[in-house]
Amino acid sequence: MLIKQNANLRAWLYQALFIIGVIGTCWLLTDTLLENLARQGIVTGLDFLDNNAGFGVIFSLIDYSESDSYGRVFFVGLFNTLLVAGLGILFSTILGFILGIARLSHNFLARNIASAYIGLFRNVPLLLHLFFWYFAVLQPLPGPRQSLEFMDTFFLNNRGLYVPTLIDNANTTIWQYTIGISFAAVILLFLISASKNTRKIKNNEKISKKSHAKKATSLLALTFVGILLSLFVGNPYDLDTPIFGRFNFSGGTVIIPELIALVLALSLYTAAYIAEIVRAGIESVPKGQKEAANSLGLSTSDSLRFVIIPQALRLIIPPLTNQYLNLTKNSSLAAAIAYPDLVSIFAGTVLNQTGQAVEIIGITMLVYLSISVTISLIMSLYEKKNRWNQQ
Amino acid sequence: MTSAQSPASHNVNMTRLLTKTSSVVLLLLFFTLSNVYASTLSNIKEKGYLTCGVSQSLPGFSYIEKDGKWTGLDVDFCKALAAGIFNDSSKVRYSALSAKERFTALQSGEIDVLSRNTTWTASRDTSLGVHFAGVMYYDGQGFMVRKDLGVNSALELDGATLCTNTGTTTELNMSDYFRANNMQYKPVVFEKYDEVLAAYEAGRCDVLSTDQSGLFSQRIRLKDAKAHKILPEIISKEPLGPAVRQGDDQWFNIVKWTLYALLEAEELHITKKSMMLKKLPTKPKERRFLGYDGNIGENLGLSNAWARQIIQTMGNYGEIYEKNIGKHSLLNIPRKHNNLWTQGGLHYAPPFR
Repeated sequence: MLIKQNANLRAWLYQALFIIGVIGTCWLLTDTLLENLARQGIVTGLDFLDNNAGFGVIFSLIDYSESDSYGRVFFVGLFNTLLVAGLGILFSTILGFILGIARLSHNFLARNIASAYIGLFRNVPLLLHLFFWYFAVLQPLPGPRQSLEFMDTFFLNNRGLYVPTLIDNANTTIWQYTIGISFAAVILLFLISASKNTRKIKNNEKISKKSHAKKATSLLALTFVGILLSLFVGNPYDLDTPIFGRFNFSGGTVIIPELIALVLALSLYTAAYIAEIVRAGIESVPKGQKEAANSLGLSTSDSLRFVIIPQALRLIIPPLTNQYLNLTKNSSLAAAIAYPDLVSIFAGTVLNQTGQAVEIIGITMLVYLSISVTISLIMSLYEKKNRWNQQ
Repeated sequence: MTSAQSPASHNVNMTRLLTKTSSVVLLLLFFTLSNVYASTLSNIKEKGYLTCGVSQSLPGFSYIEKDGKWTGLDVDFCKALAAGIFNDSSKVRYSALSAKERFTALQSGEIDVLSRNTTWTASRDTSLGVHFAGVMYYDGQGFMVRKDLGVNSALELDGATLCTNTGTTTELNMSDYFRANNMQYKPVVFEKYDEVLAAYEAGRCDVLSTDQSGLFSQRIRLKDAKAHKILPEIISKEPLGPAVRQGDDQWFNIVKWTLYALLEAEELHITKKSMMLKKLPTKPKERRFLGYDGNIGENLGLSNAWARQIIQTMGNYGEIYEKNIGKHSLLNIPRKHNNLWTQGGLHYAPPFR
């Protein structure tokens, strides 16, 4: 009787029953799963993460050797995925904004190049872009023996771009301390002069030209310290230049073609979508705003920067977030061209060596979920921060 | 699907990403929902065909010819199984799997048997829920390089870049070998043979490493096969054989004894040709093997004419070998370890009695 009459209680009861049902079903499924896996003689659990991996990985941001564990391989893959996603997001955003704005330009050439680009890149599958850059552009580069070289320090061949790295030498510490101290002094000077200037502006006083001159002098002084150091102490770092051995270059560092192809394909492809989002955002800003900016005497770039883009952003951000999420998830196509990302080495090699598909796919899904949720969170925070534009 | 760089194979790659995901989902469904195991044999009989997991493109082992038909040693084993069950070697459906997908496909029940140049190892046999039914081909891992590199031994490969397949024992052996000999190397691992080969041919790596049979097989697909050589070192034991799911002993026995039947027939000098003559065998050994005496076939859940059907349609192990990878093929791999024990090789079938 009570349940029939009290709508609140009834709703609560139904929801509780539903949740119990969901939990119960999950438990039942997990239980059956574990039982069946055990009966089939398939090992379960997360113990494998401590086992020795025993295979090499071509590219890693953290130290890794064959004697490290599968757990370490997970992090190698995770960081490689984050690297590609990060670089892809950065480049696609820059290119996307340029293209989106160019598409609305009054310049005939800029407008048409941008729309041709968008038409071409948006309508070809991403995997083909990837194969194009990898197999058609980067692989036909000359082999290591016939590398294209630049000043005997940079080498480009079909194994990647070899660049020199800096290694510490005896002078490194002296340099670091001296530069550090001089830099701190300059910063201090700047801060003092800036606070003085603020006060002057408040009091409607004129900022003396002297203040600018002082800043320039201090920058000069910094350069002077640097010149003195290199004259009397020597170079702060030694250059570790790539040297050709029997098969490959050793020394320096190499940016592998797989990474280049993947970042190129992801950025160029996603940029086409971002361009359209930017265009839509800009077009949504009422015409009057632009006219008002013009009548105030703002230049085209200033009116874009201070009037149009800030208002367009509020429409751009949500679909832009989607593109970032897509890009991150699309980075898993890496497996097709041997870039060691999370899917390729963890959900691929590790899965195959251990056979623990359920655990590994579960972990991988969880990781992508976390990355995506983090990106959405950052974007929505940014959106909230910029809410003032709207009202 | 047949050539390395055709645009069609890129599309295939797309669908294959889907296949991979779906097979993991299938695995989950299979293990979460199913509680009853039907016998594999009765399943196969009900379906009317056998599902066989094979390699994607490895001439001599499993390869799609221009006419769209599957050929190769691994493929012929599937056909032999079908011949034993249905007396019709065409009742097989093939599923082309990458190294990475193969065990999941077997575990999830997507295929009935995995006949895909797969190495039998302790960890696979004990932790993956699969059983290896025997050895179809005794192999070992080797290296292929361009002749113009001037390399004569694998020990000169310090600092080289190596291409291979992901999720294979090759990847692990390579790392063991280079570490043991204190050499550096860079691994570039692809999922498919086609991609490995394309990368090697483009010069992404100095060395292609896989099982020696695979090297022979891939070499004939290169544009200029003569410019490449296979180094003498064999750095591992790779017994390649068919595998089945654990938990169905009857099916395990059928697969195991089909393999032995092929070997036994060669030992008894029973060939496809001699079967055609339709003369009734007189020797007791032959009579037992071919099912005129005893009931080995019935004990397996098949008919007693089982071995007869296999040899009639497929021939014995030696015939299959020579046709696909031996004298009568482009590969022309000498038999060596893959000869019968009576000929100084390693193949040995337990007695049929």
